Amino acid sequence: MTTIPLFHVLILSSLLFAIGFVGVVARKNTLFILMSLEIMLNAVGVAFIGAGSVWQQADGQVMFILILTLAAAEVAVGLALLIRMQKKYHSLDIDLLNQMKG
Amino acid sequence: MIVLLASLPFYPLVSFLVLIAFGKRLSWRLAATVSVSSMALTVLVSAILLFELSTSQNQVLSVNLWHWFDLSNQMGTGAVNVSFYLDGLSAVMISVVSGVGFLIHLFAAIYMKDDANFSRFMAYMNLFIVAMLILVLADNLVLLYLGWEGVGLCSFLLIGFWYQEKSNVLAARKAFIVTRIGDTSMAIGLLLIFNTFGEFNIAAVTTLAQQADIVTDPNSGSSAEQSNNIYWIALLLLGGAVGKSAQLPLQTWLPDAMAGPTPVSALIHAATMVTAGVYLIARMHGIFLLAPEVMNYVAWLGALTLLLAGVAALAQTDIKRVLAYSTMSQIGYMMLALGAGAWSAGVFHLMTHAFFKALLFLTAGAVIYALHHQQNLFKMGGLLKQLPFETSLFVVGLICLMALPGTSGFFSKEAIIAQLWSSNTAGPMLWWCAIIGALLTSIYSCRLFFLAFLGTARCSEKPQAEKSILLRSALIILALLSLFGGLIPLDLTLVFSAAIQTPLVQLIEPTWLHSVAIITPFIGILFSWFYFKNYRRSPLKVTEHNIEASEGKFVLFCRQGLGFDAFYNMLLVKPYQWLAQVNKRDVFDQIIMLNVWYVGLWHDSLILVQNGSLRWYLAAFGLAIILLLGVSFL
Repeated sequence: MTTIPLFHVLILSSLLFAIGFVGVVARKNTLFILMSLEIMLNAVGVAFIGAGSVWQQADGQVMFILILTLAAAEVAVGLALLIRMQKKYHSLDIDLLNQMKG
Repeated sequence: MIVLLASLPFYPLVSFLVLIAFGKRLSWRLAATVSVSSMALTVLVSAILLFELSTSQNQVLSVNLWHWFDLSNQMGTGAVNVSFYLDGLSAVMISVVSGVGFLIHLFAAIYMKDDANFSRFMAYMNLFIVAMLILVLADNLVLLYLGWEGVGLCSFLLIGFWYQEKSNVLAARKAFIVTRIGDTSMAIGLLLIFNTFGEFNIAAVTTLAQQADIVTDPNSGSSAEQSNNIYWIALLLLGGAVGKSAQLPLQTWLPDAMAGPTPVSALIHAATMVTAGVYLIARMHGIFLLAPEVMNYVAWLGALTLLLAGVAALAQTDIKRVLAYSTMSQIGYMMLALGAGAWSAGVFHLMTHAFFKALLFLTAGAVIYALHHQQNLFKMGGLLKQLPFETSLFVVGLICLMALPGTSGFFSKEAIIAQLWSSNTAGPMLWWCAIIGALLTSIYSCRLFFLAFLGTARCSEKPQAEKSILLRSALIILALLSLFGGLIPLDLTLVFSAAIQTPLVQLIEPTWLHSVAIITPFIGILFSWFYFKNYRRSPLKVTEHNIEASEGKFVLFCRQGLGFDAFYNMLLVKPYQWLAQVNKRDVFDQIIMLNVWYVGLWHDSLILVQNGSLRWYLAAFGLAIILLLGVSFL
């Protein structure tokens, strides 16, 4: 079994992270922003897994499990907020939530 | 005796403090008693001092109260003390200030009885007396300047005493600003004196100036510079005197100052404060004698003022304004006398003028009071029968003003005129000015008398004279002083001993000089008897309206004070207002406002950043990270 070089893993992870970031910045719909956030978390997870397999350490996978739980918790809170937002504004446009601007 | 001299200004000061502190709570009787009795004390002390002075050895009393401060420059250190100096000249002044001041206080206590702010009025009057006494008693120029500014302040406060009327406030402001121009000139003069002589004491300055004049030779630089400075000092002091004494070209404030209550016009704007300029020049005669050119200017300024004011007085409709212009013209006589070197005659005229002008103003005040505050001459008329007491007193004042033989005005005015012809710094030309001035004086006095007291009664209401004994006794004493004040022996030769001059070219005085001077007022009376015959007999059917319409442009021009107000308005006020209009958004303000603009700019741009949009924040966040990473990789 040939191991995948760390460099390739990191390229994949950066690409995923960039896609997720652009999604967070460019999307107006809060649901898609949450999904893009998931992509960014997974990009980080890929980087941890890749690094763990290269150095033969279990820490990378431990970190991924941690990220997975964090993502689950985040989605739970995020979706609850989404429902509240839909009820209050009848829309999921994130730009409506700018009442705290200076 | 020294204690008495030191305490002289403190009697009215105590009264002022009491009236200001408890003014509202004092009844009329108490307030009047406090202020008038403090003035009575002042008179008493002045009388004792006068007696003391006449028996003292060198006719000088002086007292040092306390050390005020030190000043030093390259000429040395001069101590400025609060100390009083009483000689013949200041003795004349304190007797006029306290004597006339007392009578006017007495009059005012009755005249202003019904005013709601009676105690404030009396307090200001007392404060004025304090400042005036400090002015005349000061032995150094700084203390004199303190009194000088003090009387200016009181003049401002009292002209604007009825401050609810806009015109009074404007008049007060005008008086303050116009005299301030003169005061500034005087302040510069004082600084120049200290810079030149290193001394503020009047006697010391005079001595130093005379020394500088004697040792002047072209080779020693400092003395030449000193004697050059003396010219400028004299000129600058003259500027101060011109402002305070309402002489050309700063005379415009005095007619407007008549907006104040009549006792104020009598005390401040006729008898005492306006003569402060005359006193200043007489006090500094040592300096003026060394600058004969400036003495010539003084004489010419006085002559021009007395002619212009005489012409302007001919056209006035307000009784108080006639008297105001007459005051200006009489002070013109004093200036003319000082300029001609007739020092004693000028000071003598100051004294007699204080008596009869105070009498005229107070009687005019009594008439105005009787006519329910009617000041327009064309609405008076026929008062001879209705107010015989006031009329007779007014006649006394007028004959003194016209200088008919035997009255006090005659002695002092003739003394001035007699010395003009052969004086070094005056001459026949100024003598003729004085004669024409005397003619004008008698003409406007007659016009005033005919309009107000002869002819038919034109006032709508019946006159109600105030019959208070106190008020009448004040008037009677003033009338007696006016009639017989000329007999007071005034010996100022010791004060002006340095001033006895020998004419360079002995002009031969024509023999007719004195008879012309004596006859002039009678010519004026005769002239006006025929010229103003309408005023004195026919039923004068005039109202305010058709006076304005029927009179020529020249009369209106004279009534406006010969256009000086309009001229200054065009020369100074209009350009200033134009400048203010153009520079509405102050240039210097704009420079300061650059800071505000700069902060505002940052505020606006930072507000753009704080748009509350989460996605923008994130984008900025990402961009910054990319930048940071890029920088660290490079």
